[in-house]
Amino acid sequence: MTVTEQRATFDSRQAFAEELISLAREDERIVAVCNDSVGSSNLVAFRKEFPDRLVNVGIAEQDLVGVAAGLANAGRIPFVCAAAPFLTGRALEQIKADVAYSEAHVVLCGQSPGMAYGELGPTHHSIEDLSWVRAIAGLDVIVPADPVQTRAAVRWAAASGRPSYLRVPRFKVPVVTPGDAPFEPGRAVLLQDGDDVTVIAIGSLTSRALEAAARLRADGVSVRVLNMPFLAPMDEDAVITAARETRGIVTAEEATTSGGLGAAVASVVATRHPSPMRILGVPRVFAPTGDTAFLLDHFGLSADGIVAAVRDLLGHG
Amino acid sequence: MLPADPTRSAAYREISQRIRESRPEDAVPELERISAEVRQSIVRMIDRAQLGHIGGDLSVTDILVACFYGVLALDPERPRWEGRDRFVLSKGHCAAALYSTLAHCGFFHTGELDTFMAPLSALNGHPNKIKVPGVETNTGALGHGFPVATGCALGAKLDGATWRTVVVLGDGELQEGSNWEAAMTASHYGLSSLTVVIDRNRLQQGARTEETKTLEPLGDKWRSFGWEVREVDGHDHLALLKALERSTTGRPVAVIANTIKGKGVSFMEDRVEWHHKVPSSEQVVAALAELAR
Repeated sequence: MTVTEQRATFDSRQAFAEELISLAREDERIVAVCNDSVGSSNLVAFRKEFPDRLVNVGIAEQDLVGVAAGLANAGRIPFVCAAAPFLTGRALEQIKADVAYSEAHVVLCGQSPGMAYGELGPTHHSIEDLSWVRAIAGLDVIVPADPVQTRAAVRWAAASGRPSYLRVPRFKVPVVTPGDAPFEPGRAVLLQDGDDVTVIAIGSLTSRALEAAARLRADGVSVRVLNMPFLAPMDEDAVITAARETRGIVTAEEATTSGGLGAAVASVVATRHPSPMRILGVPRVFAPTGDTAFLLDHFGLSADGIVAAVRDLLGHG
Repeated sequence: MLPADPTRSAAYREISQRIRESRPEDAVPELERISAEVRQSIVRMIDRAQLGHIGGDLSVTDILVACFYGVLALDPERPRWEGRDRFVLSKGHCAAALYSTLAHCGFFHTGELDTFMAPLSALNGHPNKIKVPGVETNTGALGHGFPVATGCALGAKLDGATWRTVVVLGDGELQEGSNWEAAMTASHYGLSSLTVVIDRNRLQQGARTEETKTLEPLGDKWRSFGWEVREVDGHDHLALLKALERSTTGRPVAVIANTIKGKGVSFMEDRVEWHHKVPSSEQVVAALAELAR
């Protein structure tokens, strides 16, 4: 039995929905804006408690993001809740122009990202979202690893006064965040220290990275595990320190290798402290049919895959 | 953000108050005088920058002047005052017309207009709310302003506030689907404080709108989406003031303002090439002379 299977797992969407309601009780400026996604964004309880503060624009993502920017202009703090592939893909220009470029305090909540909609196929997979939003100036990108980080992200984004993209995980994971973990832009979370190789993981891959590190430690390999709740702005110092203090870096994310965490870390490493790397993610292909767990394993986004990448790096680094 | 011009903003308060307190027909000469000044300013800006969208700037000028001087509750010295009316220029490529109008009202000093599109100027070719007071959201890409204005109006409704939102769209811009998403949202939520003004000059960058992608019957389209429709001559200030009155039906209002692209300069009027052609120095002299009459 793997470490992951031994521990209880939690649905971060529930944590998101509960924290949003809690926040809405404290601050009447909070509104939820959705695109016919009351159920899939877990907003049923929010609607029950705050029927007037749930805006449903129907199946219209460009309008969704524009309306949210207008609500921010009118003094509200909108949490835009929509399936990540459509929120980012369909409304990318609205995210850029109406939200980020206009410095509108809108929290864009990409629901069910990555391979969450596994069997529904590539139209519903959201593996490009991180590449897209990371390229937009002024937009904070938050990728929570567990329900604890998800709650912290909701709180932080509401208080920040800044535009942000918050990836709300669907894949159930155990809690990995220690009680004293930092949660702020540009701060990595050191989950486990080590001096042979550093694994930097975000989102659903974080608990798998810890599992891989535990297995490698049993074999005498010391792995440092870093988590980056903020993909932008990212903790570049932690990356450079890892490049300096360990023999190489493995990155792991539930996203395409064309532009997300791996690319962000690689650009820092290549320009500031060259070091061998292995980048784990979904290659530039459309996925076959399968459920989330199957697809993650299929693309090597498993504890086994991370172990293999670390061994490969040590053997050939 | 650019600082306000206190002298001009004081004049704006006085003039706009006078316009609002007089009978609309008596206000027309003053509005026409302001429109002529704004149009001359547009021509000078485009001449200096050697860039700009002169045809659409001249077609939308009367709409902007009617809104700013006759309708909107604004304070150029407090551009982010919470209770202000919101104005969004969705056809952001006509920034020169908006900047000229804002400077005329005192939102910033008219001298800034000389920097239009110069390196590091606040006056980008498309409006930027971070740098330019009086701009509510950044536009330029078409089909963006209307959904944002809808969100503004929705915010006012949630707060029970009385301020209103006016958004100006280009007619060619209506080919962007996002507008029709917003049209459905605004009527679904009964956003009667929202007014859309369509600068119906019947030309877009490449050709006539009806040759490119048919918009007519335009009024019927809006009516079928649940809007109150008012159709006017977009260069008739009296008609514009009346059309810009608040909705009394509980429905959002779409004003179809029939305009002439290049209005006021005879050799530019209703000619597609003047979408963003830059006039020669002789043409500038001729245009300014016509506009000064």
